[in-house]
Amino acid sequence: MTEKATEGLDTAPGPDDGGMTSGSSGRDTAADPNGPDAAPGSSGLDAVPVLRLDPLIDDLGTRIIVCCGAGGVGKTTTAAALGVRAAERGRRVVVLTIDPARRLAQSMGIDSLDNTPRKVAGIKGSDGGELHAMMLDMKRTFDEIVEAHADPERARAILENPFYQSLSAGFAGTQEYMAMEKLGQLRARDEWDLIVVDTPPSRSALDFLDAPKRLGSFLDGKFIKLLMAPAKVGGRAGMKFLNVGMSMMTGTLGKLLGGQFLKDVQTFVAAMDTMFGGFRTRADATYRLLQAPGTAFLVVATPERDALREAAYFVERLAAEGMPLAGLVLNRVHGSGAARLSAERARAAAENLDEGRIVDQRGGKTGRSGSPTTESEPSDLATAAATPVPEAAPTAEPAQETDADDVDVRHLTAGLLHLHAERMRVLAREQRTRDRFTALHPEVAVTEVAALPGDVHDLAGLRAIGDRLTTGGRPSA
Amino acid sequence: MSRLQVVSGKGGTGKTTVAAALALALATEGKRTLLVEVEGRQGIAQLFETEALPYEERKIAVAPGGGEVYALAIDAERALLDYLQMFYKLGSAGRALKKLGAIDFATTIAPGVRDVLLTGKACEAVRRREKHGGHTYDHVVMDAPPTGRITRFLNVNDEVAGLARIGPIHNQAQAVMRVLKSSETAVHLVTLLEEMPVQETADGIAELRDAELPVGRVVVNMVRPHVLDEAAVRAASGDHREAIARTLASAGVTGGTTLVEPLLDQAAEHARRVELERAQRAVLDGVGVPSFELPFLGDGADIAGLYRLAKELRRQGVGDA
Repeated sequence: MTEKATEGLDTAPGPDDGGMTSGSSGRDTAADPNGPDAAPGSSGLDAVPVLRLDPLIDDLGTRIIVCCGAGGVGKTTTAAALGVRAAERGRRVVVLTIDPARRLAQSMGIDSLDNTPRKVAGIKGSDGGELHAMMLDMKRTFDEIVEAHADPERARAILENPFYQSLSAGFAGTQEYMAMEKLGQLRARDEWDLIVVDTPPSRSALDFLDAPKRLGSFLDGKFIKLLMAPAKVGGRAGMKFLNVGMSMMTGTLGKLLGGQFLKDVQTFVAAMDTMFGGFRTRADATYRLLQAPGTAFLVVATPERDALREAAYFVERLAAEGMPLAGLVLNRVHGSGAARLSAERARAAAENLDEGRIVDQRGGKTGRSGSPTTESEPSDLATAAATPVPEAAPTAEPAQETDADDVDVRHLTAGLLHLHAERMRVLAREQRTRDRFTALHPEVAVTEVAALPGDVHDLAGLRAIGDRLTTGGRPSA
Repeated sequence: MSRLQVVSGKGGTGKTTVAAALALALATEGKRTLLVEVEGRQGIAQLFETEALPYEERKIAVAPGGGEVYALAIDAERALLDYLQMFYKLGSAGRALKKLGAIDFATTIAPGVRDVLLTGKACEAVRRREKHGGHTYDHVVMDAPPTGRITRFLNVNDEVAGLARIGPIHNQAQAVMRVLKSSETAVHLVTLLEEMPVQETADGIAELRDAELPVGRVVVNMVRPHVLDEAAVRAASGDHREAIARTLASAGVTGGTTLVEPLLDQAAEHARRVELERAQRAVLDGVGVPSFELPFLGDGADIAGLYRLAKELRRQGVGDA
């Protein structure tokens, strides 16, 4: 089990990832004789500590909550829902989102999130809580830094530089850096007592924590100093070697990138000269802020292999960086109120019904001959459930055949059972995925959010998510 | 089908899985495909349950009918060093540049250079020929960055060609752009039948079209079978509870009476989902891009699932002349 539990959770792209488990992952369900007792919910995660989010957001000592995790797991929604809940429980909250879906922005009553915190209308609660929301505009944020730290003439020179324009509009890493910068700014303004931030949709979890350092070390680095002041460096006798290296390097880069490009970079660097120290200092300060006791990281995931692998990686990385992890938010978890009926028994029963082996006590079979549609449907149904072929016509018609009541009931019951069998398969798979995570990180507190049938459109929807987030329990349906 | 197949999609929609299945499908019947990863996540290795991919093309799977799938995880830094070596014979000088942080600068900081190298490497594989003159790979499938960044990623060569106005990078950027904007390329967007991914897909298609990049297919992933719909559930939740309980018992399910409610709840949830999916399908229809549909894999995306998806793609026309 240990082998299986770690399979796929290796977070570094190391060479030891699960070669030995080839073929074993997730294919044993159909043959798995898991009786009712093996139903998800009866094992594994019950021993896992429950993440209580209400105490976290009620604690005035909590000043920053960072939601991180893989793409598409609901980070932004989680951040927004927590923001709404915290505000309605009396906190003055600002939600900083990096790249929200349009509808999510609208759900907070904000049509254009524009790099400035806007008050969200419709927040209930009598304790003076408020919610503000803003979306990061990375170019705008970068521009503001330049404008704030350079005299007007120099600022204009920087803003008009082609290299700067590309850099600020989004090379890999700017977004992460600017998110950190903005977080630092919001914290410094001290207008809010809680900042909830989601992390950029990075190519990997690494970027959010690494990019600021990377930019900082670039801006402070040898390379940029060489670019900046070749004359100065070359003027000192002891630096002759470097100068040779320098000219060779700029020569190569010039050839590679084109001389004009390099000139743009040099102009940019010269113009930014005085600001570099500030960049590094602020990046370091924000980094330390993330390690401070008032900060809580929430790792967000869904019970999918990739998402939980990323989550495991984050947990390890946060620990290594000394950043405080509050726990794991597991979104879109499926449950079943009928979990005691196993997938296998449900499927067997459904097949009995499909094949017409069971004769209804009331002789319902008679209805069939009169209906042209029902003849082939039971098998269609079975096929559709066993091998989901998307084009399979929606099997809607039988239910409308009201004159064939008994057949319909049988048919319907078979459908209910097929549906349940599929649900139980999903539950079993989710449980296996989670068991792997739990085996690696049994200490991480978890809260589960039941899968919603649709997306969130308004504050009420965010409130509903907030409720689910904080009840912390396993969904029952 | 186009020789370069770019697969993008919102996070969580399964674009790596779809890219892998497409590479398998295109390799079927004795073809050879290259599956390329550009984001350094080692998603392909994890999917194929193999060790982390090095910066080298290696065979990771065989397809039905004697086909082969090769995989490559492109590393921008290595790609740049290779490139310098190839054009400038920079052996030790390359290492010196690395020491100074110049390579790091070029691949992570300099706007777009990284993406130029990644797309450039993929295009090189598309164009590469064997000694006897045939293409090395019949198709190259790229597991590309997500929908929100795909247009910028593919279009970066235009931008770079503008920034670096002369020199090999400029030339390379333009050569790559010629491939990417031709019918040699098709950009597919993977989505689920849910609001956010569908919206993002519609937006992504508009962006690709604006940038004159060739939109291929929408790949609707994780489609669940519609076992029951709204009408069936309405009928069921009426006065049929007892009959359902009886039918359950007759089918060998004990304790049926207490199961009826939760089973009907699940059915109602399913029916709501069917309705939502119908609405999202209508949105996708409005976009006017042909689609593939792939079934939800109840047991997760493992190797067996990949082959199943590949077969499904073949059935829907992938690999047809």
